[in-house]
Amino acid sequence: MLLQAIAFYVFAAVTIGAGAGVVISRNPVYSVLFLILAFFNSAALFVLIGAEFIAMILVIVYVGAVAVLFLFVVMMLDINVAKLKEGFLDYLPVGAGIGILLFVEILWGLGVFGATSGTVSTFSKAGAQALAIDNTRAIGRVLYTQYFYLFQVAGVVLLVAMIGAIVLTLRRRPGVRRQRISDQLYRPKEDSVTVVKVPTRGGV
Amino acid sequence: MPIGVEHYLTVAGVLFTLGILGIFLNRKNVIVILMCVELMLLAVNINLVAFSVYQGNVVGQVFAMLVLTVAAAEAAIGLAILVVYFRNRGSVEVEDISAMKG
Repeated sequence: MLLQAIAFYVFAAVTIGAGAGVVISRNPVYSVLFLILAFFNSAALFVLIGAEFIAMILVIVYVGAVAVLFLFVVMMLDINVAKLKEGFLDYLPVGAGIGILLFVEILWGLGVFGATSGTVSTFSKAGAQALAIDNTRAIGRVLYTQYFYLFQVAGVVLLVAMIGAIVLTLRRRPGVRRQRISDQLYRPKEDSVTVVKVPTRGGV
Repeated sequence: MPIGVEHYLTVAGVLFTLGILGIFLNRKNVIVILMCVELMLLAVNINLVAFSVYQGNVVGQVFAMLVLTVAAAEAAIGLAILVVYFRNRGSVEVEDISAMKG
């Protein structure tokens, strides 16, 4: 139990520190790397409470796809790093004010200010252990039966996003010569072959 | 000392606040704003999974997966728009993006 508490505090601290690093680091590449660190540590937090499947999905989807996409875009776009953080301090008062306000509101919503100390709602092991199945199977049982249409809609959302990204970034540059196979195949015989009468000893 | 659902909710609250703060502070780079949106979605996912495990109901994790799907789609579309915008204007600074007068 103590080991779990220590692990939770370590992972939570690294997650929050990495989140702060995303916000305050000067270079966008470092921001992406801090984002990856935050994703890994929150996956570890999920493993701690027994949500292994979501944790692995988080690593695969967020770290493997989204963060790498961010990294590619950050490295492709030529951004002036020195100019990036101008005006950081200008917006700090209003940003910090709104942030503190929101955080206090979240804590108030959690009931921190009215709670008596020492009462912690620990996680019940009843749900998973009563079913006596592991996390992945439990998710699959719900996802593929009760929420199957939602699952398919999620697939459609991904398809639309993929087509949208391709359509948005596709461009036809006018100066580039490229092979058009249909033009080659439909080229008529008259354009490509001519019969030349060659005189004897004359050449063409 | 037991770790309860409040601890997870506090972590999620801090992450969400950091995401909001990043959106307000970074007025130069749209990519960092998109990253902050991802951070806020991660905080929401932590909330969903914590409550799901706390109540012993697996549906919250299913919803977390759907949030993950939407986050991936949003990142793909957002970055595609950003690439096209950079190609046309040569800049991704927030202050330059004022064509719609919003």
